[in-house]
Amino acid sequence: MRKTLFENMAHGPLTEAAPAPDEAGLAELVRSVNRAARARLGRSLSIRHVDAGSCNGCELEMHALSNAFYDIERFGLRFVASPRHADVLTVTGPVTKNMREALKRTYDAMPDPKWVVAIGTCAADGGLFAGSYAIEGGAKDVLPVDLTIPGCPPSPTKLLKGLLALLEHGNKKVSVS
Amino acid sequence: MGLLKHIPHKKIAKQHRPWPRAVADDEGWRVAIDHLAAGRFTLLGLWGDTDDVHMALLGEDFGDIAVLSYAFKDRQYPSVAAHHPPAIRLERAISDLFGLEAIGAPDTRTWLDLGFWNARHPLGKKETAQKPKPYVFLLAEGEGLHQIPVGPVHAGIIEPGHFRFTANGEHVVRLEQRLGYVHKGIESLMAGASLDEAAKLAGRTSGDSTVAYAFAFSQAAESALQVKAPPRAVYLRALMAELERLANHFGDIGAICNDASFSLMHAQCGILRERTLRAAEACFGHRLMMDAIVPGGVARDMEPDGAAHVQALLTEIRRVFPRLVELYDNTASLQDRTVTTGIVRPEYARQFGAGGYVGRASGRGFDARRSPGYAPYSDLTFEVPVLDAGDVNARVWIRIREVEQSLALIDQILGRLPAGAFKVAVEAKGKPREGLSLTEAFRGDVLIWLRLDGKGRVDRCHLRDASWFQWPLLETAVEGNIVADFPICNKSFNCSYSGHDL
Repeated sequence: MRKTLFENMAHGPLTEAAPAPDEAGLAELVRSVNRAARARLGRSLSIRHVDAGSCNGCELEMHALSNAFYDIERFGLRFVASPRHADVLTVTGPVTKNMREALKRTYDAMPDPKWVVAIGTCAADGGLFAGSYAIEGGAKDVLPVDLTIPGCPPSPTKLLKGLLALLEHGNKKVSVS
Repeated sequence: MGLLKHIPHKKIAKQHRPWPRAVADDEGWRVAIDHLAAGRFTLLGLWGDTDDVHMALLGEDFGDIAVLSYAFKDRQYPSVAAHHPPAIRLERAISDLFGLEAIGAPDTRTWLDLGFWNARHPLGKKETAQKPKPYVFLLAEGEGLHQIPVGPVHAGIIEPGHFRFTANGEHVVRLEQRLGYVHKGIESLMAGASLDEAAKLAGRTSGDSTVAYAFAFSQAAESALQVKAPPRAVYLRALMAELERLANHFGDIGAICNDASFSLMHAQCGILRERTLRAAEACFGHRLMMDAIVPGGVARDMEPDGAAHVQALLTEIRRVFPRLVELYDNTASLQDRTVTTGIVRPEYARQFGAGGYVGRASGRGFDARRSPGYAPYSDLTFEVPVLDAGDVNARVWIRIREVEQSLALIDQILGRLPAGAFKVAVEAKGKPREGLSLTEAFRGDVLIWLRLDGKGRVDRCHLRDASWFQWPLLETAVEGNIVADFPICNKSFNCSYSGHDL
């Protein structure tokens, strides 16, 4: 363990490593998210996530946001376990009829002010699953959606960009591509 | 004929490939159930159709596969679950989707239909939805027992499902799962879809196994239409499948350790996972490689510098991973959480035909890549690691060994990658055709059965995730463990909700 820890200290964090194109994009994001987040929410935004019918692809990329390359918490963005602690509700998947009620209850349990972010093509409009007997539709068919981040699944960088757009535009309805 | 020698049947379906499908009457159906109950065959799947119920069977040596069909009468068929418990949830799903009754079934509660659909039996004879009966959980009685309901919405970024624990103090006496929350009606969307549309749907059955599903769907369609994917495509498919396996195993090993509060492993494995996904994107243009495998081959060739990206990835993994394995092995506080926790008994793994690391950590050495086997794995050298302990620790070690095997497989794939075309045209045959395939996803075998119409569109497609036979074993594994160890047990299974709920 010591060897691994020492080596990491010697090499510094991966987030500032090699200047690959998306990492340059990330550095840009660091600066602007910091500025916007500080202004609007005192550098902190708590996110509660609900999978309302996803294939789990979007969840994989949301998990990636917490790895050493993206390290979402440095922006003050944090995933929380309870809707009571959350400012933002992220929704993935086409909303299934079986999940509609649980999704609504989670939203209702959140304190105001609150935002809803639809993540992925399915949450945008039902995606490939639209029209099925088991599908309610996109997240907007159940909740007031403030931001849509399409993609199948959206990459972690795209997810970060989306959350930044939310910070900058507040509760106006916006869409990023 | 293989295992159909042992089952009386009326006829063999003409256009079913690559394994035979036989049509049985009551006697044949009963004999097959007897073989299942006696442990001579393993149940690979059980699903409904317009006029029949089909079951897929696997022989004892894992090489032999057959489908048996029973034409139901008055929307009834003899229950398999009555004698073979692994069929219980499959029969409940058939009842919800098709409205078919399994005579003698031990459990007639609903399974996927939670009472919110507009119509009952969406794939069979539709009926207007009725007010659902309250769902009755199984009983656990005794002094001092209490229940803990969890879900469908969980605390982390995970899929939804309901867990009903009955506990005595800290100890779990009974866990009962209630799934179906992410049921999307994939099989109804499949009906009438073109091959390309259907391949996309298959690839979104369980996002973490998108390569394995697209691989399985393409193989089933190619078997049905007697098309052979070109050699280069076959090797590229295996490269994608092994990259997917690596990414998921890294994610799982890290997440299991994280559930024991050992976040260093989580962080380090997360880096390896991210590097794997970036290599996948550099090769095939998509981090999870969605829609990269299509019937007839692969959607696009590997990028010219793809092999170099993969080589760099392998070098990095070989530099870092052995040290992480050593770290896992030498950290007593971590071992204390994983060793002897969540034991799956070998007899259950065998009875349920549990695939993947769940089966292989409990003595069941089944791996679809090895047997029945499929191209290109029959030409590649690899080992199938098997352990007997059946605990969380064993499931971690199976993943570790499989990472090592995947690295060796990728070496061989890159070394032998054939030149040439990466896709051939897939044409309809003018008549209905049926195909079956079994591929090895990171969590276990994916079975896909389909019937194409004369125009090459999907008439009926059934997808069976490995999770169907793993979820019930999680219920057994948790019994007697403390409630606080449920997350680590659950993560060591990492069953798919979406793949199961469809």
